[in-house]
Amino acid sequence: MDFPEDLLYTKEHEWVRIDNGKAVVGITEYAQQELGDVVFVELPSVGTEVAYMDPFGVIESVKTVADLYSPLTCEVLEVNHELETQPELVNSSPYDKGWIIEIAISNMEEVGHLLSHDDYMAHIEDTED
Amino acid sequence: MIAKASLRVTPLHSVNRAAGARIVDFGGWKMPLYYNSIIDEHKAVRRSAGLFDVSHMGEIDIQGPDALETVQRLTTNDIKKLKNEMVQYSVMCNNNGGIIDDLLVYMLARDHYMLCVNASNTEKDFDWIQKNKVGDTKVRDISRDISQLAVQGSNSEKTLQVLTDIDLSAIRYYRFRKGKVDEVDAIISRTGYTGEDGFEIYFDSTHSVRLWKSILDAGAGFGIKPVGLGARDILRIEMKYPLYGNDMCDTTSPLEAGLGWIVKPDKGDFIGKDAILRERNEGVKRRLIGFVMTERGIARPHYKIYNKGREVGEVTSGTFSPSLNKAIGIGYVNVDCSGTGEELEIEIRGKRIKGEVVSTPFYPSRVKK
Repeated sequence: MDFPEDLLYTKEHEWVRIDNGKAVVGITEYAQQELGDVVFVELPSVGTEVAYMDPFGVIESVKTVADLYSPLTCEVLEVNHELETQPELVNSSPYDKGWIIEIAISNMEEVGHLLSHDDYMAHIEDTED
Repeated sequence: MIAKASLRVTPLHSVNRAAGARIVDFGGWKMPLYYNSIIDEHKAVRRSAGLFDVSHMGEIDIQGPDALETVQRLTTNDIKKLKNEMVQYSVMCNNNGGIIDDLLVYMLARDHYMLCVNASNTEKDFDWIQKNKVGDTKVRDISRDISQLAVQGSNSEKTLQVLTDIDLSAIRYYRFRKGKVDEVDAIISRTGYTGEDGFEIYFDSTHSVRLWKSILDAGAGFGIKPVGLGARDILRIEMKYPLYGNDMCDTTSPLEAGLGWIVKPDKGDFIGKDAILRERNEGVKRRLIGFVMTERGIARPHYKIYNKGREVGEVTSGTFSPSLNKAIGIGYVNVDCSGTGEELEIEIRGKRIKGEVVSTPFYPSRVKK
């Protein structure tokens, strides 16, 4: 499984790519494998304000419905509309074409809650046990 | 984790695990949900062939001078229409006309039948049959001794023909033969739960691993894949084949479930007949319908169904259909809004999303009639 070292992660198996007060959010390779074939992504409206760890959307595979949790308090700047017609991009390209939302970070201090690559690796190992 | 320890496994459990299958609890059994991808496995069955481990299914053997009368009294379909080597789809009902189980009846001889029943209902069915059998009838639960594999898809016949001397092309839909598959004694039945041509094979459980491997080898050139219950569920929903526990239970009647075609009141007395006839005269109040989502959203079991603002029913099965590339579902609705074309709203996470009643099956059946 592939977990880019330059990303930050959450215990809910989301990744966060931070760049200049903004961030792009998606789900990890681990999450997409756990879910199986993704067939539906419910995206928030642009402009929605979401609190830290509140659900901002829903991802459905054939058999499972899972909430997407906001890794940071934020305002939604952009959503990946491609996922409305090609939700399978989350499976085939979780870190690139399968990105889910772009956000403006409201409180940079919360970034400290996110997991580093190594911490996330350790978290997956704990989850697997 | 006491519950987990008590889950049962099929003889193919270690083979399934070694193949990397995602294992889930299904009605008290550890069963493969998928081996690789539900969508790919669904595609294999619709395009070429798939092999299913369905050894969890129950088999009940009914034998004796009064076996025919017993089956006739316990099931709604007319067993007298059967000849040897024929299979019949039927249901067992309670005295209120509620469905105890849906099942296949195999006529092995005039005084000998095998019922294939839902795994999670096996004990309940066995007790009910034992309690209500007629005269000189011996009832045995042979589920532990019998395994079942299903080969489904247009390349099923080619695949299985490699392994048997029986002329499979001569077996018609809902017929079976006894014979050898890869030298293993088996019942080979042209039946299935996918809407594709295919076979269900019953044999002694000790040969499970051998047959599983030999069928996959025989089908390698025909695109066969092992297929889990995830794809099986989509395949059967696309055909609107009801699943016990989802789309029917002991308080739903065969008439409501769209199974009136296997209720034969003219055959004589059977358990549940009075209640079913009463319901037929009065008219059913709700009906199991198929619907497609016309807005974005996937209907799931227990979601509420609305029509013109009022609650009219509940989703019993729902999925994304790869064959139709849209979300489809099955559910009970009031009769007055069960007609094709009727607009429905499905409540998904607090929002009402539009759907429409459609004629079923959702996807055309390709079974070999």
